[in-house]
Amino acid sequence: MQEIASLQGQDNSGEYAHKDDWVEIWQEILTSGERAPQIPSDTQAVPLEMRVRGFLLEERAQAGEKVRIKTRIGREVKGRLVDLSPSYAHSFGRPQLELLQIREEMRTLLRDQ
Amino acid sequence: MTSHHSYTEVMARKGEILHKSSGIDYSRFERGTLAFAYEEMMQSAAYSLEETRRIQKATGVGDTPLLELQRLTALARSLAPAGKGARIFIKDEAANPSGSFKARRAALSVYEARKRGYKGVMAATSGNYGAAVASQAAMRGLDCIIVQEVFDSKGRGQPEIIEKSRACEAYGAEVIQLSVGPELFYVFLRLLEETGFFNASLYTPFGIAGVETLGWELVEQTRRLTGREPDVVVVTHAGGGNVTGTARGLRQAGCQAQVIGASIDLTGLHMASDRDFNRKSFTTGHTGFGLPFAVWPDRADVPRNAARPLRYLDRYVTVTQGEAFYITEALAVLEGLERGPAGNTSLAAAFALAQTLDREQIIVVQETEYTGAGKHPHAQLTFARENGIEVKRGDPRTGVPGKSIVIPEHPGQIRVVELELDQIRHSYFKNALARAGAGNLSGEDLDFLAEETRWDRSRVEKEISLMKGGTIDGTGSGR
Repeated sequence: MQEIASLQGQDNSGEYAHKDDWVEIWQEILTSGERAPQIPSDTQAVPLEMRVRGFLLEERAQAGEKVRIKTRIGREVKGRLVDLSPSYAHSFGRPQLELLQIREEMRTLLRDQ
Repeated sequence: MTSHHSYTEVMARKGEILHKSSGIDYSRFERGTLAFAYEEMMQSAAYSLEETRRIQKATGVGDTPLLELQRLTALARSLAPAGKGARIFIKDEAANPSGSFKARRAALSVYEARKRGYKGVMAATSGNYGAAVASQAAMRGLDCIIVQEVFDSKGRGQPEIIEKSRACEAYGAEVIQLSVGPELFYVFLRLLEETGFFNASLYTPFGIAGVETLGWELVEQTRRLTGREPDVVVVTHAGGGNVTGTARGLRQAGCQAQVIGASIDLTGLHMASDRDFNRKSFTTGHTGFGLPFAVWPDRADVPRNAARPLRYLDRYVTVTQGEAFYITEALAVLEGLERGPAGNTSLAAAFALAQTLDREQIIVVQETEYTGAGKHPHAQLTFARENGIEVKRGDPRTGVPGKSIVIPEHPGQIRVVELELDQIRHSYFKNALARAGAGNLSGEDLDFLAEETRWDRSRVEKEISLMKGGTIDGTGSGR
């Protein structure tokens, strides 16, 4: 099967998750051939994918295996285990000079009035 | 996947699923071929302004501060001709429990779901509305599922949407993260069917009535603070609910302020394109939603959309991504308010529009939102660069959505571009007539079209005959 990466770029290969661990699973919802007819060709060419997080129901599982989870609201969902202890790694980004310059410029304009 | 869950089969059950999950029998509002009784739907299905205020107050929603932006006003005046430069105010909707005005919309839906005995609520949204529904559901003890479009086929998530996933999860919701594509709606319908949850759509009468209090409050507050009426209210426009609800609230407060919609110009980027998905630095409040929902509101996840922006827009303008980033920075460093991006689209427009208004006039930007990791301009511009977008200073109008973002070198470069409402109305007409097919339109249909477009009946008849002759070319449909 294809390697399904963690959304956060985490390398989980060879690691095991255990029952009740917080994990992320992946499922293909529609294959590229099943996509809605009205969508652009670049989207037609790829599957519709889903990721859901929840508590692992299996005793032990490795990334890539088919597993079942129980979500925050208690729903059971099946899928391939793709992330162990999935984190949120979005950030405030790197400092952007184009924005950092603005304060001084505006204060000068206000002072010069 | 078992066969009765195939895409075609689930989509075929759409009407039935939506009826069961909304508790609203939309068929009773249908009239004629195109017409439906909009006001009757709003009045019978939702709540009065007073009841809405009470319901919202119970979960800490609304009564957000109205703040005067004195230093931004001073900056606008320094650029304006003598005697020009209206006072700029902003409604600090970030003060709502989930950090945005969307709490107002969620409050009524979740209240209704609870009252009707649903065990949980669901919403299909990649925006602040997810966190709003999740937060309200937490307060009212209901389960919540939020379905989001988050990542492209390379598994790259849009940082702003990932932040929204995180927020929903923080409020205890189950979050379904999907890759790009409108079939999100299919997943949504399947889950509604499986769970029997309430569809807390943004576009039900509840979703719109919830915003009316925002319009009403801002009029009351402007009167109290200034002794005047607001002259112009600028509303960030995407799906149409913000415009519709705010304008309805203004009217209920007896205010005749001009309602100006503002969107980020994302011309050229396709909303359902896997490739374009991560080339936009604004995930909502842009023309990719603003135009299609204006030219055909009934594309939403309910049979009849309660958001009808063309009925309420007096003007519709666009600003660029670069201008909105600039004004976001200005709001933080001049006014000490770290907010956005939502609302700052309107603020960029208001900053330019204020310079065309008299000094004693008042322009109100009707929302802010909380900011944070992923949403922050530095995060978005970092992400843009990672996706090959050029970021530089210069004339913001030279930026090309999906290719470059040009941050103004001077606040005088912030301008609005006017979209012709009549052109949008023509596109609406084209869509309406295509829906009506060859069927004859009744007098009720013509009156409905007049209400939808704010054209008088004779103009409506003239436009229809012109269009049937095929001489009018609509624009903007589907994008």
